Amino acid sequence: MWKFIVRRLLITFPQIVFLSVLVFIMAQLMPGDALTGLIDPTITQEALEIQRERLGLNNPWYIQYADWVTGLVQGDLGQSYRFKTDVTAVISERLNNTVLLSVVALVFTYLIAIPLGLISGRYNDSPLDSAITGYTYLGFATPIFIFALVILWIFGYQLGWFPTSGSVAPGMQPGTMEYYLSKLNHSLLPGISIALISVVGTVQYLRSEIVDTKQKDFIITARAKGASENRVYNRHIFRNSVLPIAAFFGWEITSLITGTVFVERIFGYPGMGLLFLESIGQRDFSVVTALTLLFGIASILGALLSDIILGMVDPRIRIK
Amino acid sequence: MSNELLKIKNLKTSFRIDDEYYAAVDDVTLTLNKNEILGIVGESGSGKSALAFSIMRLHTRAKIEGEISLNNQNIVKMPKSKLNKIRGDEMAMIFQDPLTALNPLMPIGRQIEENLFLHNKKLGQQGRKKRTIELLNLVGIPRPERVYEQFPHELSGGMRQRVIIAIAIANDPELLIADEPTTALDVTIQAQILDLIQELKQKIHAGIILITHDLGVVAEMADRVAVMYAGQIVEIAPVDKLFANPLHPYTRSLLNSVPTEGQDRLHVIQGVVPTLKNLPRTGCRFAERIPWVDASHHEENPDLHEVEPGHFVRCTCYKHFYFPDNKEEQENGVS
Ligand SMILES: Nc1ncnc2c1ncn2[C@@H]1O[C@H](COP(=O)(O)OP(=O)(O)OP(=O)(O)O)[C@@H](O)[C@H]1O
Ligand code: SF4
Ligand SMILES: [Mg+2]
Repeated sequence: MWKFIVRRLLITFPQIVFLSVLVFIMAQLMPGDALTGLIDPTITQEALEIQRERLGLNNPWYIQYADWVTGLVQGDLGQSYRFKTDVTAVISERLNNTVLLSVVALVFTYLIAIPLGLISGRYNDSPLDSAITGYTYLGFATPIFIFALVILWIFGYQLGWFPTSGSVAPGMQPGTMEYYLSKLNHSLLPGISIALISVVGTVQYLRSEIVDTKQKDFIITARAKGASENRVYNRHIFRNSVLPIAAFFGWEITSLITGTVFVERIFGYPGMGLLFLESIGQRDFSVVTALTLLFGIASILGALLSDIILGMVDPRIRIK
Repeated sequence: MSNELLKIKNLKTSFRIDDEYYAAVDDVTLTLNKNEILGIVGESGSGKSALAFSIMRLHTRAKIEGEISLNNQNIVKMPKSKLNKIRGDEMAMIFQDPLTALNPLMPIGRQIEENLFLHNKKLGQQGRKKRTIELLNLVGIPRPERVYEQFPHELSGGMRQRVIIAIAIANDPELLIADEPTTALDVTIQAQILDLIQELKQKIHAGIILITHDLGVVAEMADRVAVMYAGQIVEIAPVDKLFANPLHPYTRSLLNSVPTEGQDRLHVIQGVVPTLKNLPRTGCRFAERIPWVDASHHEENPDLHEVEPGHFVRCTCYKHFYFPDNKEEQENGVS
């Protein structure tokens, strides 16, 4: 197992390097540079040149890349043109919110998807299964923001059960119980919106895995031992079908990122997704670059996590 | 009578294909005694597995009519909860393909222990482990402590079949059904597995149904043989009688298609078992495969009837039957 994890980590490293190169190139292609946001627009061309020289902006690309990476490693993501502070500071404020939202979304995704997938697969071709499958088709066809808008309208505005924007009620004292409850409360509606869409893939996948697994020979062996149907499902079919869902987990993280980008916007939820959209709108490119890098790293780590989980649960992979 | 373990009467197992039921097992009647090995032979598709699965009631979507009684309990009508008490305990099965019959994600030990757990609640966790190791030893698996922890993919096909046998015999079943237990294995391993089954018969005194399409295996292992064709038993007899005096044309073609020393001709009947949907439902099912026998000799709907004590055949005009290349038979046999 350890050998497997180490080997898997060794693959991750070049992936991250490759990602950083891509993002670096992207940053170079964007208009403006590290100075654009900082400087008085009336500065003379010569003074600008001196500054550029001083910051190393005239160096060959690989030196710039090395400087950039060194900065990254030290937590220096550049300066935000819009906020006039370190990008790191801008992001870290939002990072907590997005992590909370993602966790809520993930929890709801699995809370909803696993029972639905199980029922759908176990009682396949029953009316219940048709209803669930019908929902997944609907979910596939509907863009996430429409779901989010409908949910916001019903539960936020019509019923008034949940707050309709922000990440915490105004005037809360950070660190108090009320503060955390309010944060959680604000994340529920956007989290569920993401979950309602992201369940679709998991439900369909789980369903087809179960339908597939229940025809396997070893299921007949289990029945021949005298195991009850419930036992056959719980001990043999379920476990063997949920496994591939673990592999899905990494993709889930990637789809969460896109999910949060749109949903945060609709719910006015101050997370990284909203920041990303605002920064594009306001041409705050250093923030866009930093966020792209973070999103990319999150995807890579997601895939890493999936593989490790898969390795832990599937002995066939563990051995290899 | 007290020696009778399994009794099957007029069993008919049908599958639904395109809104209609087709019988894969049709009018099967047989008995199995304690401590006896009944061989069932027949070509691929003749309904051997369908019969075995009916006895264990493992078909998920099939209509089963007739009677199957194990120790005087009718399995066909039995509620699921009762059935689950019997399966794996009084009756057990060894499957055709050892490579797929084990759960790939469960350690070997746990797969055997599951069967102990389900039927022997008194045995604690320690007891189960002890018995499992004992069973692994019994089926001839070296280093059982290690195998106990291993997963199926770490074992060879022959070893996996031994594990499946260990699962099957865990609770000393009275009825053991082995559905082509060696078909998927190498020849040398085949012999070892058959030896093991033979050996176990002596140890656990089970009645065994041994399904195979290898007549050599039947000759060596079985006490009685049933020959199946197109879902029906066409002949059933003690093994020596069947080999010495095969009556049904299908049995004779099977025997003749096994090359033996000193025989220069092979009588292989052309064609294959018809598929379920194309099975002739009236008249003798075998008729179309021996077109050289005159239509007037064929029987309408032959019944399994006793021609000698213990020797039954589903054919009344077998005396008219001959292989076209056998002069002697042609001269003497045909009226
Ligand atoms: N679940 C099912 N649904 C429909 N048809 C079936 C089903 N199971 C078996 N059959 C059909 O019943 C017939 C008998 O099949 P069966 O598997 O019993 O043959 P077999 O004698 O065991 O053959 P083999 O030697 O290949 O194992 C075949 O025509 C098969 O296609
Ligand atoms: S009854 Fe007649 S047709 Fe049928 S198998 Fe016997 S000889 Fe052939
Ligand atoms: Mg078969």
